[in-house]
Amino acid sequence: MIDTAIHATKGGESRAMAYFAERAKWRWPEFALWIGAFALAFLFPSRALLFNEVAILALFALSLDIVLGYAGIVSLGHGAFFGLGAYVAGLLAKAGAGAGLFSDPTFGLLISGIACAVVGYITSFLVLRGADLTRLMVTLGVALIFAELANRMAWLTGGADGLQGVMPGKILGIFEFDLYGRNAYLYSLTTLFLLFIVARKVINSPFGVSLRAIKGNALRAGAVGINVNRRLNGAYTIGAAYAGVAGALLAQTTAFVSLDVLDFHRSADVMLIVIFGGVGTLYGAIVGAAAFKMLYDLLAAATPQYWQFWLGLILVLLVLFVRGGVMGLVGGLYNRLTGKGGAA
Amino acid sequence: MSEASGSVLATKNLVRRFGGLIATNDVTFSLPAGARHALIGPNGAGKTTFVNLLSGVLPPTSGQVFLDGQDVSSWPVFKRARAGLSRTFQINQLFADFTPLETIGLALSEAHSEGAQFWRRAGTSRAVVDEAVAILEQLDLGDVMEHRVGSLPYGKQRLLEIAIAVAPKPKVLLLDEPAAGVPEGEREQILEIVEALPKEMALVLIEHDMDLVFRFAKTISVLVQGALFVEGPASEVARDPRVRQVYLGESEVEHHLDAPTAEKGGAA
Repeated sequence: MIDTAIHATKGGESRAMAYFAERAKWRWPEFALWIGAFALAFLFPSRALLFNEVAILALFALSLDIVLGYAGIVSLGHGAFFGLGAYVAGLLAKAGAGAGLFSDPTFGLLISGIACAVVGYITSFLVLRGADLTRLMVTLGVALIFAELANRMAWLTGGADGLQGVMPGKILGIFEFDLYGRNAYLYSLTTLFLLFIVARKVINSPFGVSLRAIKGNALRAGAVGINVNRRLNGAYTIGAAYAGVAGALLAQTTAFVSLDVLDFHRSADVMLIVIFGGVGTLYGAIVGAAAFKMLYDLLAAATPQYWQFWLGLILVLLVLFVRGGVMGLVGGLYNRLTGKGGAA
Repeated sequence: MSEASGSVLATKNLVRRFGGLIATNDVTFSLPAGARHALIGPNGAGKTTFVNLLSGVLPPTSGQVFLDGQDVSSWPVFKRARAGLSRTFQINQLFADFTPLETIGLALSEAHSEGAQFWRRAGTSRAVVDEAVAILEQLDLGDVMEHRVGSLPYGKQRLLEIAIAVAPKPKVLLLDEPAAGVPEGEREQILEIVEALPKEMALVLIEHDMDLVFRFAKTISVLVQGALFVEGPASEVARDPRVRQVYLGESEVEHHLDAPTAEKGGAA
């Protein structure tokens, strides 16, 4: 029965293969975005410190997009992993005192990522126990616990004074973190780029498809044999590791860690960024982070006292009137340009 | 389990309570391999609850469910699905943002235990793609396989709801009102598809449409107020006066009874 069907539909098969290949293909706006991002380091070297902040924020947002946009887990405490990663990298760089393995930035990223993956995996079981509201509370609670722990363990973290003596070594043993932040930006951007490629690959894999399925309809996902919770454990773990690397980048490029890395506003900002940029698009995290930082800078300069008002207003309008955030706009534009109906 | 062996799906003293309401009342039931079974009963008889208990969507209050002789009472939905128990839902449970191709590809990836692979692009498994296309063509979804599921006409969505359950080649397939809401003209197609399913697949059809039931089913169980009321070959059940009384409209049964047994000049 099946055999005859296959023979009858040779065309269908190749159409299907082409369809899947097309879906995951890199499109020109993607190349443009990354080339542009790297070019910024050379076009506007004086703004490199700001760009570095954007790249770190983008990676942090990317990590939440995996958790929120793909796994559908609402987290109000994603900053816990950002902060943990920052402290791990900071403490390592401090222990290495600017030389040796512990101060090696790449090593620092790796260890921070692994530490956060472990903590993320363990806490994922708590988070997945409940529905949305419970998840919100559990993630928030975990973040608050982390913040208080960092505050209390002043002997390790420096407490309210911050962690002093963070001395990251040369990047790959060659490039020094310069005063203007160009190397820092290139370092953060390269990390973001590599991790983005990994995330993109994972999202387009069968695992990634199953995450979208779970988010779309968990009941049906279970009925086709998907172990929903185990997949979500995996996604949450990846998200935690990514957030940890973002925190580590901040610690290394600023050579400082303060309690601010675990502050609630980080968790809230990053959620705004993901929603602003477009949930479940990967690029929304990057575009959202850039837009958020730019808006913040512009508004803070133009109306130092009321910038939060304007930022809030823009956010409300965007969420109300543009479905899918900035990426919703961009996707619509791209489809109009190329005359395609597919998703960007 | 003696009563469970020889049957692909069985229950023993299955009970489900919702507060004071007994939705499933001490149901002991057995389904042989390759069965063509219909589960009927008046509205509120607990048919869907029973299916939810079988598939693991609901845990039973007491009693057991056996799949291939194995006690699966405490298994979650996904584990029962992997063990060969598949189902459709009365209300479509689909992925609106997927295409039919992705949907069936997903179901097959899971069936092939490839669903957790994260380092290759989805759609690169030739076997999965070929099989998905074959199933979609078979269920008349070939021409819309790259369309967004949410924008498909209802009839096509209903076919996909069946396709996704059939794709993993389950041992047991529970069809919860597959033709619900489908316009009269398209019901025939659904029945033909159900009739063309592999002989070895045990089918349980929950249905209100007596035309479908009597055309499809070799055996029938009648649920009334959560309990098994009558069970047996379709012709006997149709002739059972108690069944007519509690559930089937006299004229409906008369009609189905008369068709195959016309030479006897009708019953009672």
